[in-house]
Amino acid sequence: MADKKLQLAIYWGAACGGCDVSILDTNEFILDVDKAADVRLWPIAADGKYADVEAMDDGELDVTIMSGGVRNSENEHIAKLLRQKSKIFVAYGSCAYMGGIPALANLVPRDEIFTRAYLDNPSIEPGNQTIPKPETKVNGYDLNIPDFYKRVYKLDQVIDVDYYVPGCPPQPDQCKAAILALVAALTGQADPPPKGAVVGAFERNLCDDCEREKSEKKISRFYRPWEIMQDPKQCLMEQGILCAGSATRSGCGVRCPNSGIPCRGCYGPAPNVLDQGAKLLSAVSSIIDSQDPAEIDEILETLPDFTSFANRYGVAASLLQRSHRQ
Amino acid sequence: MTFEPKIVGFLCNWCSYTGADLAGTSRIHYAPNVSVIRVMCSARIDPTFVLKALADGADGVLICGCHPGDCHYTEGNYKMMRRFPLLKKLLADYGIENDRVRLEWVSASEGQRFADVVNDMTERVRALGPSPVKMDLATDMAER
Repeated sequence: MADKKLQLAIYWGAACGGCDVSILDTNEFILDVDKAADVRLWPIAADGKYADVEAMDDGELDVTIMSGGVRNSENEHIAKLLRQKSKIFVAYGSCAYMGGIPALANLVPRDEIFTRAYLDNPSIEPGNQTIPKPETKVNGYDLNIPDFYKRVYKLDQVIDVDYYVPGCPPQPDQCKAAILALVAALTGQADPPPKGAVVGAFERNLCDDCEREKSEKKISRFYRPWEIMQDPKQCLMEQGILCAGSATRSGCGVRCPNSGIPCRGCYGPAPNVLDQGAKLLSAVSSIIDSQDPAEIDEILETLPDFTSFANRYGVAASLLQRSHRQ
Repeated sequence: MTFEPKIVGFLCNWCSYTGADLAGTSRIHYAPNVSVIRVMCSARIDPTFVLKALADGADGVLICGCHPGDCHYTEGNYKMMRRFPLLKKLLADYGIENDRVRLEWVSASEGQRFADVVNDMTERVRALGPSPVKMDLATDMAER
């Protein structure tokens, strides 16, 4: 290790904090990170003020690891600031990589979100019609909160991103592997991964690593996981349980299908796939066992809200990105 | 200037593309708004193609294949038949109007039918106006 410590920032945008926890889930490895690096900003675990970041020189940080996409003006401001101060910027987790769960809200216009959250909601005090505004005056003081954007953006729609680590959250061993690869690159021990690379995941499909037995798939209806006693050895799709594995990148260790839960697609599109939801749509419809339009419609009725399933982590990364309802 | 819809047409090689060809050799006059992409089978039309066409500015997408039972590859068009209703659900959730994307079966002998389908679809898309998708995505990046 070089005598100068690595300068590291870990930040979150529109995220739940699970990604930060996944970094802590590397257990004692985090102590090695702490030994090798100065953590200059990490809101969930350490002190550090935005003003400190603003005072840094450009490129003073070696690595920024950011989870979460961009939902509001604060997310964008700090993402841009950290980008300017960092040599390497890593989009960490599904939200940073593809928009993630928050980007499901892209299927609904902003006005409807506000109406549902602040006006037309059973848990609101009757008569209270308050929608938060970016600027308010309270007792003569100006009060500012971040501006809520009209949609969610994945990080590389707002800033230049060097590497992606997918997962909701990324698995701790993959997190460790990604950090080690970056440290090796920064200290000259290894070549850096090519810019734009997805690190901490594999260049193959989840089904390639799934050990469930796969044969001809023909489905006459779909089941929610709780509607059926599943065969623990057989492919979930063959049993009619919707599984996103066929359109998803491997790297998670097939944790969900191995424990009887269908893949939700958090590792993002399989390599060379442009739109994960479209690919899953293609895979799902191909196994329907019918040549009669009315029967096909009936079978599809057993698939509630397919759009949100197929794009659960990637509406912002899908080709259409958001609702275009007028 | 009146709005002229840009429609991308994916036509299967064996029936619909030949049907469109027949419309031409029969000198049928029909709307010039469909830009045809020939594919070997309607089953080849990945939903990604449709989404990509819309994202890149198409006002509509027309998919044509052999009539059920007549597929050159026995059952390729059934794959499209199963895919299409799910694709329509997905498009509806993304706020894409119903008339912008359409699936029709057109055989090699149905030159007139192809012309009628194109005319009808062109008028329906014209009535909807330009697709907002490409403009939406560009303005999203310019103003949040």
